[in-house]
Amino acid sequence: MMRLPLFEFRSPRTLEEAVRILDGQGPSTMPLAGGTDLLPNMKRRQQVPRTLMSLRHVESLRHVQLSDSGSRLGACLTLTDIAEDPRFRNGMTALAQASALVATPHIRNMATLGGNLCLDTRCNYYDQNYEWRKAINFCLKKDGNTCWVATGSSKCVAVSSTDTAPALIALGARVRLFSRSGEREVALADLYNNDGINYIKRRPDEILAEVLLDPLHGWKSTYWKLRRRGSFDFPVLSVAAAARFSTQGVVEDARIVVGSAASRPLVAGEASKSLLGRSLNPESIAEAAALAARIAKPLDNTDFDMTWRKRVTAEFVTYALRELRGNDMHVERESVTRHPLPQS
Amino acid sequence: MLITLPAESQKSAHIRIALNGEHVDVSFAPYKTLLEILREDLSHTGTKHGCELGECGACAVLLEGKPVLSCLVLGVECDSRNILTVEGLGLEGHLHPLQDAFADLGAAQCGYCTPAILVTAKSLLDEHPQATRDQIRAALSGVLCRCTGYLQIFEAVEAAMVKIAEQNAAAK
Repeated sequence: MMRLPLFEFRSPRTLEEAVRILDGQGPSTMPLAGGTDLLPNMKRRQQVPRTLMSLRHVESLRHVQLSDSGSRLGACLTLTDIAEDPRFRNGMTALAQASALVATPHIRNMATLGGNLCLDTRCNYYDQNYEWRKAINFCLKKDGNTCWVATGSSKCVAVSSTDTAPALIALGARVRLFSRSGEREVALADLYNNDGINYIKRRPDEILAEVLLDPLHGWKSTYWKLRRRGSFDFPVLSVAAAARFSTQGVVEDARIVVGSAASRPLVAGEASKSLLGRSLNPESIAEAAALAARIAKPLDNTDFDMTWRKRVTAEFVTYALRELRGNDMHVERESVTRHPLPQS
Repeated sequence: MLITLPAESQKSAHIRIALNGEHVDVSFAPYKTLLEILREDLSHTGTKHGCELGECGACAVLLEGKPVLSCLVLGVECDSRNILTVEGLGLEGHLHPLQDAFADLGAAQCGYCTPAILVTAKSLLDEHPQATRDQIRAALSGVLCRCTGYLQIFEAVEAAMVKIAEQNAAAK
């Protein structure tokens, strides 16, 4: 039996009480939402917080507000809440698909949107039990001095493995962070660092409380995820794409985001820009796919061959853009996903 | 002589839960997961202990009617909540139609995943009494079975669905 380490347990009822508990405690007090990432990590002694603070009773973190002037999603909505709610379609389809593709139905009933955005980075040398990691003298990310993926590297290269972040970055989302000293709003694209250890700019005394979206009139979006098993796995490469079209089908705005190819989701800026003012035809799609694949530099620290994962980036951008222009992509979908997904 | 137990074995946390329809008070060591409490403190060993990391699904139970992994639910978070385990599925002397169909159709071989699959399937059929094969596949995708190849399981869920519909029609 892999037991949890001892911890002190707190269960605040309001956000104000929660940020008071976190205030001044540093990383030794951690918020607990669904627990599907943190509790396995605690069992493997990758994270050993002195205090766990449950967010389960903080009602204000579970609201949904969808309106013509934009949307606000509470961070403690479960992934099932999002995947099964038909309101998260049209512009927000990428978010619904990303949520539906996280893990399994059981885990989606527990795991939260905020938890997936704050998900710990993953690596073959880190996501192992304590004894396994001890046998290799640990690694840079936890308790050791060497990165076993890139032994010359002074920086941890563990992989960003969140599905919802690439989707929400493609939708231009912002997040609201609360602490006792106040609140701040950060573009989700700016929330992450390309560093497997300090991968997130959320301070330990802050709670990621809410996701904000501007109106998505005229936008279409989609999410493609590569994983070993068709039914459930962490992503080892993903592509989120969103575009706003004119009535003539010309791209007025576009965002392509590559996930699980670095320690943070990567915004494919040049690829996105290359689509502006053009319609999605084989030439413009091929150009964007090549530009997006250029920024994806996957390393050999997760499942599948890294050079193949890089090649899949271009394939997935192609699939995503063909889907956005209205092609029927269900055959390609079924080749990578075993279950029906939310469609726009 | 005063014997001081180590902190990790002290049953200093207490909750009251509705377990399979009965109110149960339980004291346990506060770091324990729902799975550990069910098996070790309540002797409900129907729920199986698999990977403990959320990868296999063997520990699935219904929490407020929804399937979750009991190895990733803290006991201290369960106070006042409804929990259904495989022990609560049938009535005394009467198998639940799902259990009946699983036995009839060879849907359980080694049986290790069976409790988790049964409660997960129950939750699906409660919500979708006429679930499609795709819905059954998706709902059960979080529980690994390394014996059956899943086909007998899907067929048994479908057979149970028919049986439940017949029972409901007869009861009207």
